[in-house]
Amino acid sequence: MTACLEILGLDAAIRRGPRLLRNVSLSVAPGEVRALVGESGAGKSMIGKAVLGVLPRGIEVTSGDILLEGQNLGALSPGLRRRTVGAAAALIPQDPLTALNPSRRIGPQITDKLVHLLGWIRARADARARELLDEVRIRAPERVMASYPHELSGGMRQRVLIAAAFASEPRLIVADEPTTALDVTVQKQILRLIAELQARHNTAVLFVTHDLGVVAKVSQSVSVLFAGKVVEAGPTEALFRAPAHPYTRALMAATPRYTDPFASLQPVPEAVLAGLRAEVAAEDAAREARNG
Amino acid sequence: MSADTRAQRRRAGVRLWLPGLWLGLLCLAALAAPWIAPHDPLAQDLMLERLPPAWVGGAEPGYWLGTDSLGRDVLSRIVWGARIALVVALIAASAACLLGSALGLVAGYFGGWPDRVVSRLVDVWMAFPPVLFAILLVAVLGAGLHSVILAIAIIDWTRFARVIRAEAMVQARMDYVHSARIGGAGRIGTLLTEVLPNVLPSVIALLALEMGVAVIVEAILSFVNLSISTDDPTWGSMIAEGRASIHFAWWVLVFPLVALFLTVLSFSQFGEGLKDRFDPVLR
Repeated sequence: MTACLEILGLDAAIRRGPRLLRNVSLSVAPGEVRALVGESGAGKSMIGKAVLGVLPRGIEVTSGDILLEGQNLGALSPGLRRRTVGAAAALIPQDPLTALNPSRRIGPQITDKLVHLLGWIRARADARARELLDEVRIRAPERVMASYPHELSGGMRQRVLIAAAFASEPRLIVADEPTTALDVTVQKQILRLIAELQARHNTAVLFVTHDLGVVAKVSQSVSVLFAGKVVEAGPTEALFRAPAHPYTRALMAATPRYTDPFASLQPVPEAVLAGLRAEVAAEDAAREARNG
Repeated sequence: MSADTRAQRRRAGVRLWLPGLWLGLLCLAALAAPWIAPHDPLAQDLMLERLPPAWVGGAEPGYWLGTDSLGRDVLSRIVWGARIALVVALIAASAACLLGSALGLVAGYFGGWPDRVVSRLVDVWMAFPPVLFAILLVAVLGAGLHSVILAIAIIDWTRFARVIRAEAMVQARMDYVHSARIGGAGRIGTLLTEVLPNVLPSVIALLALEMGVAVIVEAILSFVNLSISTDDPTWGSMIAEGRASIHFAWWVLVFPLVALFLTVLSFSQFGEGLKDRFDPVLR
């Protein structure tokens, strides 16, 4: 079976500036959840944005390929690329407070894509939206669809965003730290909800997070990033049981545990960081050599 | 809804109806000027020069706000002057708003070279002192109402461009704009459905503010005799004329000044009120 998403040797950089992604390769099979973990600024979100084609201004992909359902996105015209990505993929954004347009009602924000991109008729799209809101356990879908975002709580909004992401039956969902902006109890519900819908619809998920606890809960495979470079990747269970890279081990040691709440936080040791910087420098040198 | 929001909403209410009342009255006066003005605004009668307002001793009945140095009725001239003031306010401010907002939206949303072009243009434009620029423009275009309107639009679009550009830039970074793009929406479509509705409250507030500014600029230009012909009743020319006789016929200056003041204040407060009303969180 071909992978749903395959990234091969992806490089991205600020125009005439530093590299942000260093030769990133990964793949997500249909129905698989792959977690991307790393510190802030490691480039986890950047990968998702590159796939969806919404990199911030001034940041560009310099080399590498992104294959969505076997189709090389780089080979498509911008318009066709957007339609292809729009039809096959969706985003669950990080901050539910800024991810819904405050001056538009919820309903059209869910159905826009169905109507405009997939060409559904309005009534069918509305029915689909109600169905999805029901799936994310929103009790009064009609009322919510007629509401403005500010009338809903943060957790409700995140549910709406999950419903909106799944509405178009995407084969791939990029979940960009979907629980970071929520409080802990709501986090749990949202994670369970994503896992449930993902399993039911057999969706591939690229799950961006910095929380190893979340990784263990939701993902089947992990890629650990440092400075835009994948330092270790593998099945979640194996990686948690026997982390091979010292950075992965350090990250795990740095994760606070409920079982031992008074243990002091462990920063990543300086020796590990020095080793990583050497690896990154080696990677940059290798690229220099490749490019002549 | 919190008590805070409710208090804010009440304030927004007062801001809307009080200025709305004055502006409505003004519009009515402007529209019905030929019927409600007690006298011909241009009729001179040197026998009736500098009559005081009705409640001051020595007044002539029928001249409620007195007459000026040529014996023209001040109230009638204010009523007819409202026509010119409102025409300028509406047309000039709308033109400036359309031009400036469109350029601001494009610059803020697209960034890159459109932004650089618009921003430099705004910088250069704002380096000119606006009143001198207006006088210069009118001098070149020839005095008259259409040149005044054109001059205001040409000068004041930068106010809109600046503010709307900044707001569009903020909007362009929002996740819902990204989501719309991922959902296959085109750039123009996204600009119109996701960005525009969120900057609209600011556009409207600025538009109302700009109407007030347009009234002032028109008054300034007629004060320096560069608006329409000196005979025509404009608030600016009335103020200019009243200035000469301030010590013995204050009413010639004060009444048009009050009309001008109330109008400009009403426009700005009306704009603020509208902005609050359009704000989806306060709605």
